[in-house]
Amino acid sequence: MQVPAPFEYERATSVDHAIGLLERLGGEARLVAGGHSLLPMMKLRLTDLEYLIDINDLHAELGYVRMGTDEVRIGAMTRHRELLESPELAALFPIFADAERVIADPVVRNRGTIGGSLCQADPSEDLSAVCTTLNAHCVVRGSTGERVVSMEDFYRGPYETAVEQGEMLTEIRIAVRPNGSSAYAKVERRAGDWAVTSAGAAVWMDGPVITDARVGLAAVGPNTTGIPEISEALRGQEPTDALYARAGAIAAASCTPTTDNRGTADYKRHLANELTQRTLRRAVDRVQAGVRGDIGRDE
Amino acid sequence: MTIAEERKKVDHVDNDQKPLGHGRMLRKEDPRFVRGLGRYCDDVQLTGMLHLAILRSPVAHARIVSIDTSAAEAHPKVKAVVTGAALAELGLAWMPTLSNDVQAVLATDKVRFQGQEVAFVVAEDRYAARDALELIDVEYDVLPPVIDVRKALAADAPVIRDDLEGKIDNHCFDWEAGDEAATAAVFERADVVVTEDIVYPRVHPAPMETCGAVADFDRVEGRLTLYSTSQAPHAHRTLYAIVAGLPEHKIRVISPDIGGGFGNKVPIYPGYVCAIVGSIVTNKPVKWMEDRTENLISTGFARDYVMRGEIAATRDGKILAVRTNVLADHGAFNGTAAPVKYPAGFFGVFTGSYDLEAAHAKMTAVYTNKAPGGVAYACSFRITEAVYLVERLVDCLAYDLDMDPVELRMKNFIRPEQFPYTTKTGWVYDSGEYATAMNKALELAGYEELRREQAERRARGELMGIGVAFFTEAVGAGPRKDMDILGLGMADGCELRVHPTGKAVVRLSVQSQGQGHETTFAQIVAEEIGIPPEDIDVVHGDTDNTPFGLGTYGSRSTPVSGAAAALVARKVRDKARIIASGMLEVSVADLEWQKGAFQVKGDPGRSVTIQQIAMRAHGAGDLPDGIEGGLEAQICYNPSNLTYPFGAYICVVDVDPGTAQVKVRRFIAVDDCGTRINPMIIEGQIHGGLTDGVGMALMEMISFDEDGNCLSGSLMDYLIPTALEVPDWETGFTVTPSPHHPIGAKGVGESATVGSPPAIVNAVVDALKPFGIRHADMPLTPSRVWDAMQGHPLPPI
Repeated sequence: MQVPAPFEYERATSVDHAIGLLERLGGEARLVAGGHSLLPMMKLRLTDLEYLIDINDLHAELGYVRMGTDEVRIGAMTRHRELLESPELAALFPIFADAERVIADPVVRNRGTIGGSLCQADPSEDLSAVCTTLNAHCVVRGSTGERVVSMEDFYRGPYETAVEQGEMLTEIRIAVRPNGSSAYAKVERRAGDWAVTSAGAAVWMDGPVITDARVGLAAVGPNTTGIPEISEALRGQEPTDALYARAGAIAAASCTPTTDNRGTADYKRHLANELTQRTLRRAVDRVQAGVRGDIGRDE
Repeated sequence: MTIAEERKKVDHVDNDQKPLGHGRMLRKEDPRFVRGLGRYCDDVQLTGMLHLAILRSPVAHARIVSIDTSAAEAHPKVKAVVTGAALAELGLAWMPTLSNDVQAVLATDKVRFQGQEVAFVVAEDRYAARDALELIDVEYDVLPPVIDVRKALAADAPVIRDDLEGKIDNHCFDWEAGDEAATAAVFERADVVVTEDIVYPRVHPAPMETCGAVADFDRVEGRLTLYSTSQAPHAHRTLYAIVAGLPEHKIRVISPDIGGGFGNKVPIYPGYVCAIVGSIVTNKPVKWMEDRTENLISTGFARDYVMRGEIAATRDGKILAVRTNVLADHGAFNGTAAPVKYPAGFFGVFTGSYDLEAAHAKMTAVYTNKAPGGVAYACSFRITEAVYLVERLVDCLAYDLDMDPVELRMKNFIRPEQFPYTTKTGWVYDSGEYATAMNKALELAGYEELRREQAERRARGELMGIGVAFFTEAVGAGPRKDMDILGLGMADGCELRVHPTGKAVVRLSVQSQGQGHETTFAQIVAEEIGIPPEDIDVVHGDTDNTPFGLGTYGSRSTPVSGAAAALVARKVRDKARIIASGMLEVSVADLEWQKGAFQVKGDPGRSVTIQQIAMRAHGAGDLPDGIEGGLEAQICYNPSNLTYPFGAYICVVDVDPGTAQVKVRRFIAVDDCGTRINPMIIEGQIHGGLTDGVGMALMEMISFDEDGNCLSGSLMDYLIPTALEVPDWETGFTVTPSPHHPIGAKGVGESATVGSPPAIVNAVVDALKPFGIRHADMPLTPSRVWDAMQGHPLPPI
């Protein structure tokens, strides 16, 4: 059994309480939500924290999916399983269900949260790619108030985010635009593994024409821009195999994978291309079918 | 009946029958396991018990300059800190391995692999013990490591084992089998010769329960009780007696419930010795349980063979000969567990299931800066590597001859009338009906239809592959005339006592790690003496309460101990017959055995049950002249030969042309392990082994960077398959009894692990045929399959 180094533990009873604790305890304090990244790191002694602030009691305050007319708001403590099982989310943004189905395993999904996933800022993490694809914005709260940052600003590098000391991520906001849909695809060596490469795509259409599109990639280097070159290439175009191929080529050219045990850089680049094409095609199929969520799933 | 109907019938067999002997029945041990009430090593809690943690080397190769333990010793909860220097004073810094090499218990001079044991701490709890490790300051003078096995023998390679007198290189041993000249002559005149470089990468058994021990040394009695995760408690006890100088009768080794072994728990690890020393120096019971990382980076790995294989044949597909040259990576110490005369295990069976004119194998084993081990992961003593090599070579030959791989195998099988068959490397196969098993597999698979489907899919650009493998194993080591481990013969004892009320206890020398011994052995005895399996208690895993024997590995329990159990039961039955003759007042010759009772021939009304006989044996009434009271017997069984189970496996895969992901769609396994004692347990073993095979073929590998850092130190990095990667297994069987085993049984525990990797790899390579691929090495991860599709399949190391 792997055992962590000594640490102090406190349960936060409200967001304000958690922020107060973070301010008081300083840089050696960490929040724990689902704990599926932090606890293994503690057991492997890869992190040296002195205080653990457990925010699981904040699930009542921060665990929600609220559907507005022009915006969806997801509380940071919303569990993977809740995202997977939300019919509203599946109808509006099927990319969530696509991704959640291939994130880790049911045990992890029962506990892990969207806030924890984004704050871990692992470059292979799936929900960061989903939020990038959907151009989500993150609400970061501190004792002096809230600020809202784009994914591009939220993600500062591997395991580094815009959340400053004394702050916490509380909510994720996603704008709702008409005639859109989305999809996600992941290649993994085994069920539950981190992505070798994954891609998310969102498209919005006006009749046969694509009005906007974004692509988010995971595990192929930092990527939180939605790949504007793909958006430019697709806007105003009717979807064709050649267009998908062009988008795939742009995706491959705009990522920076490295070779590791999961695969070679060349292979990952190939997957960025292949999966970009697959997810764009599926998202377009979904828009055209007029059903946002329930078609075109794998299997 | 269609195949589908037949399968449905098999799937709905009632597993809760109550056979009076062999047959399908639920496992007796499962009620405690499924309720979470098994008692494993880490469940052992003794009064005053302390906890031990081991400091391990962060680097692969370095000279130890100094070790400062003062800060760790000052930790308020620490009771002892022990280094290699302290062990050296006790003469315990080094211990013998199972291969007549030595291995450091704690490093004294150098560290030779990342994860090697350097010091240990004993503390009040495992948190404190682990915290104190960080207070030990070791200064290392880092040396260049030997990581690439192909460069281990280079003239300028650093010498790893400078502890061995006069050692000037990294050579470990050479080994040879077969006739080199005769084989060369056959190759010379063959129409076709196929050569392929084939790597079986380093993999790890990764049992769910890691290794550990609780040592309890009683200073007053001079008695050591050791609970440990051991597949071979008796052999371990003898080795502790030899290593530690403790009298053997004062040592009790207890293997409680074991959470998976697969060969990982055959060796004695430094941690066990540390726990013993820890208990001696603190005068308290000491528990050591390694964590997952420690298990993966430091304990017995498996495989790591770099093989060049060659196969020679006539143009019409008659295989004439095989030969191979192997480079074997044995890590920093030769810790292979194999019979002494077999340094390469039973790799000699690489001639496979085929009738050949000649064969030759040559091997060079080397030291590298990696963890020791070698024989593990259900390998049947290296038969896994042997079968993989020959089954890949046969497929390569089929590829070159443009011949169906089934047809090629059928043409070359050893024929039933040729048994007992002596191979060109000297193994005497006991029995086999290879074509029958293959035909059964073809029928279950619907092979011709699969080939038709494949042709259609290929025409559409889809990548479907059909892989075939046929294996013969040699299991049940072994005859004491030529098999021993460190001088201990590979026989196994068995003791059977029938109590007055007709219940019984059978005591075994082998230890279950999940194989279902408590059920299988009760059934073996039940079959012979007619006492129901539920009335027979199986005792194992405790050296104080069981007869001597070498333990469970290499699928040897049923071939060796199973024979002992059957024979000891027959011995008891022979005595029961004499007692029955007295009870029925007839001569022994007038009695006939009806399972569970002796009856007077021709007079079914006059009989006595085994239970009545047991009461008489222990009772006050007269017994026949010369017969002692009681009803019990003991035996030590020395097998006359190994047993040779075999099987035909067919795998169907689909490869995604865009992502190169492999999906195992179907897997058909027809096994022949001779007499089947409990078919349900056999099927369970097969299912587990096939799943192992998917892991090895598609995802598993212990890898290193060029500095010797192990890159596979967690289950996030070292992948083992889940239910989502495996199909619904389709199993079938044939029965060809072993002629020399008392009940005709052969070992089966490792068959599927041996046979499935080549079937899966053959299937993936078959799927990639449109790309002109003849061979690709495991693990066939998506990235590596994609490399193959680009025309450059790369070896994994």
